[in-house]
Amino acid sequence: MRDNLLRMAKMRFPILLVVNGEEHELEIDPRRTLLQTLREELELGGTHLGCDSGDCGACTVLLDGEPAPSCLVLAADCDGRAIVTVEGLLQNGEPHAVQKALVAQGGIQCGYCTPGIVVSSVALLRANPNPNEAEVREAIAGNLCRCTGYQKIVEAVLAAAK
Amino acid sequence: MKPFEFFKPATIGDASKILADYGREGRALAGGTDLLIRMKRGQWTPRAVVSLNRIAALRAMEMNGELQLGARVTLGEIIRSAEARGQFPVLARTASKMAGVQVRSLATVGGNLCNASPSADMAPPLIALGARADIAGRDHERILPLEDFFVGPGQNALVPGEILRAIFIPRPADGFFCSYVKLEHREAMDIAIAGVAVSAQLAKSAAEIRNCLDVRIVLGAVAPVPRRAKRAEEILRGNDLTRERIQEAARLAASEAQPIDDVRGSAWYRRQMIEVLTRRQLLALMTAPL
Ligand SMILES: Cc1cc2nc3c(=O)[nH]c(=O)nc-3n(C[C@H](O)[C@H](O)[C@H](O)COP(=O)(O)OP(=O)(O)OC[C@H]3O[C@@H](n4cnc5c(N)ncnc54)[C@H](O)[C@@H]3O)c2cc1C
Ligand code: FES
Ligand code: FES
Repeated sequence: MRDNLLRMAKMRFPILLVVNGEEHELEIDPRRTLLQTLREELELGGTHLGCDSGDCGACTVLLDGEPAPSCLVLAADCDGRAIVTVEGLLQNGEPHAVQKALVAQGGIQCGYCTPGIVVSSVALLRANPNPNEAEVREAIAGNLCRCTGYQKIVEAVLAAAK
Repeated sequence: MKPFEFFKPATIGDASKILADYGREGRALAGGTDLLIRMKRGQWTPRAVVSLNRIAALRAMEMNGELQLGARVTLGEIIRSAEARGQFPVLARTASKMAGVQVRSLATVGGNLCNASPSADMAPPLIALGARADIAGRDHERILPLEDFFVGPGQNALVPGEILRAIFIPRPADGFFCSYVKLEHREAMDIAIAGVAVSAQLAKSAAEIRNCLDVRIVLGAVAPVPRRAKRAEEILRGNDLTRERIQEAARLAASEAQPIDDVRGSAWYRRQMIEVLTRRQLLALMTAPL
């Protein structure tokens, strides 16, 4: 119902969205967040909706290389910016080293927080390939996990850095 | 969210023209980390949202005798900037205590100031540094001392059509120190219960004694706006730093706070903490390296 109302809205805004290296020309309602646009228009469901207010990190994507909560960004404001979602982190068709380490080390339980954790961790490792534990904790301080207690996530990210 | 028209002008002039046309029904958009939350909650229902994110001039960070910090510079950029880290470590440290990495990629210094939350973390250290707000309107510009930029909770001194363009921060002289301590419930992703920034221009008056040529003490989250504790500053200014004088200044600072009770803490607790945070930072100045 709510979605139908949104789709009926008159005001549209043309944008070029560059997601995982692919260009998409879209006409969108300026109220749509980047998160909604990724999930609903581009059907990239890896980016999750948690709090919708910047607190949980489940919606983290790379915006021009920096990890950012896509729930607080208007898609209309992303015209031409480079966006990378968790789907774009595959390495030669394989899961990213961080993803493999999370699985191997038991850093995943329900998996809801995982895409955000992966994106935040990959951003960290790109800027700092050899982080210490404190730096890993700092990088994922904005990612809430209700299951794991973080310890195994931190171990996994450190292992992936090796 | 209520429908709105979206604009993304390339110049400050165009942005200010659109904002002036829409008056109170227009809103500037920087990082959106305050604005979008309020719009989603229906607290704000602007008819026009004007993104500042195409305006290159707002993103500059330049040192020309003083630091000109573009309003659109993000907290993440401040943390990574060599200027901020070298000359204004208090700014990099403050930014690194705000929100988390992800929000800091979006959140801007100008947005933090314009949002004018009583607990805005950038305000106390910037006021302590003697910063000025560089404001551009449709056909005028003006500069305000940053302490006069805050009018009330959520209210800044801008009139419709005006944009905060930059923050000007004087280059610190030798013997200048500035710190900010924020009390919060947890280390990340939390809003200040109370915060105190202290800056001082020190000189040696005897071997182990430091004279306080000038000083600013700025209180955050304990009044409708960030507030200087002027009586506390007064008894320190021009005097040697002694334990007794510091105790007295910290007590005065607490008495100058006007805290409220809320979910983050009681007024009583906040007042006590202002005294503690002020005293600790002043005591640290007694042994500051000169
Ligand atoms: C999870 C989370 C944690 C947070 N933690 C903290 C914290 O620890 N400390 C803290 O102080 N804040 C915190 N915040 C609040 C927020 O992130 C900051 O206040 C941020 O700096 C706002 O900047 P912005 O660019 O996102 O502002 P926006 O949301 O884009 O704008 C805020 C307001 O300022 C106006 N505005 C913005 N730029 C200009 C300009 N140049 N000229 C005129 N008007 C302008 C907008 O119209 C709007 O009214 C947090 C927010 C979230 C979501
Ligand atoms: S859904 Fe965006 S931070 Fe929680
Ligand atoms: S694994 Fe369940 S929320 Fe993190």
